[in-house]
Amino acid sequence: MIEDVRAHVAEKLKELDGVVALRQTAVGTAPYLFREGDDLSQLVLEPRYPLAPIISLLQKRYPEAHFGVVGRGCDARALVEMAKREQVDADRLYLLGVACTAEEAEECHCADPAPDTELWPRAEMIGSPVEGGAPNPIVAEYEDMSLEERRTFWRQQFLKCIKCYGCRDICPECFCESCALEDPLWVERGVLAPSFPTFHLIRAMHMASRCIACRQCELVCPAHIPLTVLYDLIRRDVGDLLGYVPGADIAAPPPLSLTLEESPVQIELE
Amino acid sequence: MEYQNVLTTCVYCGAGCGLYIQVLDGEIVGVLPAKEHPISRGSLCIKGWNATSFVTHPDRLRAPLIRRDDGFEEATWAEALTLVAERLEGIRDESGGDSLGFLASAKCTNEENYLLQKLARAVVKTNNVDHCARL
Repeated sequence: MIEDVRAHVAEKLKELDGVVALRQTAVGTAPYLFREGDDLSQLVLEPRYPLAPIISLLQKRYPEAHFGVVGRGCDARALVEMAKREQVDADRLYLLGVACTAEEAEECHCADPAPDTELWPRAEMIGSPVEGGAPNPIVAEYEDMSLEERRTFWRQQFLKCIKCYGCRDICPECFCESCALEDPLWVERGVLAPSFPTFHLIRAMHMASRCIACRQCELVCPAHIPLTVLYDLIRRDVGDLLGYVPGADIAAPPPLSLTLEESPVQIELE
Repeated sequence: MEYQNVLTTCVYCGAGCGLYIQVLDGEIVGVLPAKEHPISRGSLCIKGWNATSFVTHPDRLRAPLIRRDDGFEEATWAEALTLVAERLEGIRDESGGDSLGFLASAKCTNEENYLLQKLARAVVKTNNVDHCARL
């Protein structure tokens, strides 16, 4: 599998300005822009880092350049949401899609562990997609709770927060130039834990129709707050109420960016 | 056209979390946690996430300053270190080594802190050594 990926990247580097992927060196593994002539034996697929923001950064710095990305399902979904919000130019991107393994899909409780290469003007798939992993069991446990138990659950979880802002900083869909979580109107500075439940719910509401379930927020959280439970539920509500699945369709307009007249959900006002 | 991540250790405290500095064409553009780091294992606190904010900050001192009658004046490193050495030597000879104290830093490496206490104990002859992680 990895040899296939390296061979495809080598081929694409002949025509692209560079390919973003993970590079493993003697000191560790991190995202890197591979260029023609680079040592592709250093290209690896783990550990997962969000690669979509790096594409966005490079495309903005080099408005004429064409980049490729070795992306998993979550990378591709992140790119979809960034593209429709003008953070990524789909026409200047080549997606080298890689399928996660069944174990990886299981670990992430990922429903969609392979990129949909059909969505992209230029894309190819390397490897065979596997079935999605089982849903996060904590979500089912949570849904059996009463309202009071739910409040207690989140109060206990959010009490652990050290306000590192890592969930925001790692998130590929958090690209606003000004952030409500830095506004003293909403978040008091120098106070731990953040006020309940506003801090985390402000972010959760802002992620509605954006969260593409990459799980990075949970992975970087030093307090081990089960953030994907919150975001799984937000995603479900966005699906049920607005008929929108983030990352699934590059042409579907983001529902919360529409005017009321454009909205697919029409509510009769009395 | 060069984008890479440079592994380093957070300088803000003694925990020693691992982080990558994102560098685009020689310019720092961000921080990523080092997911494989044995201590921080892919997490950072708010200081680590902002560990590079001082690098190009306009308030950052880029040369040593020596206080003279008219306030602080920029100096060369040779000038500053010579002055410090002369003054430490003078105070030690006049009032004894225990009239001096040495404050080490959690931002330094173990080896740098070792050297500081070596200077304190072996050269200045005092055990007055402490560090900012206790403050």
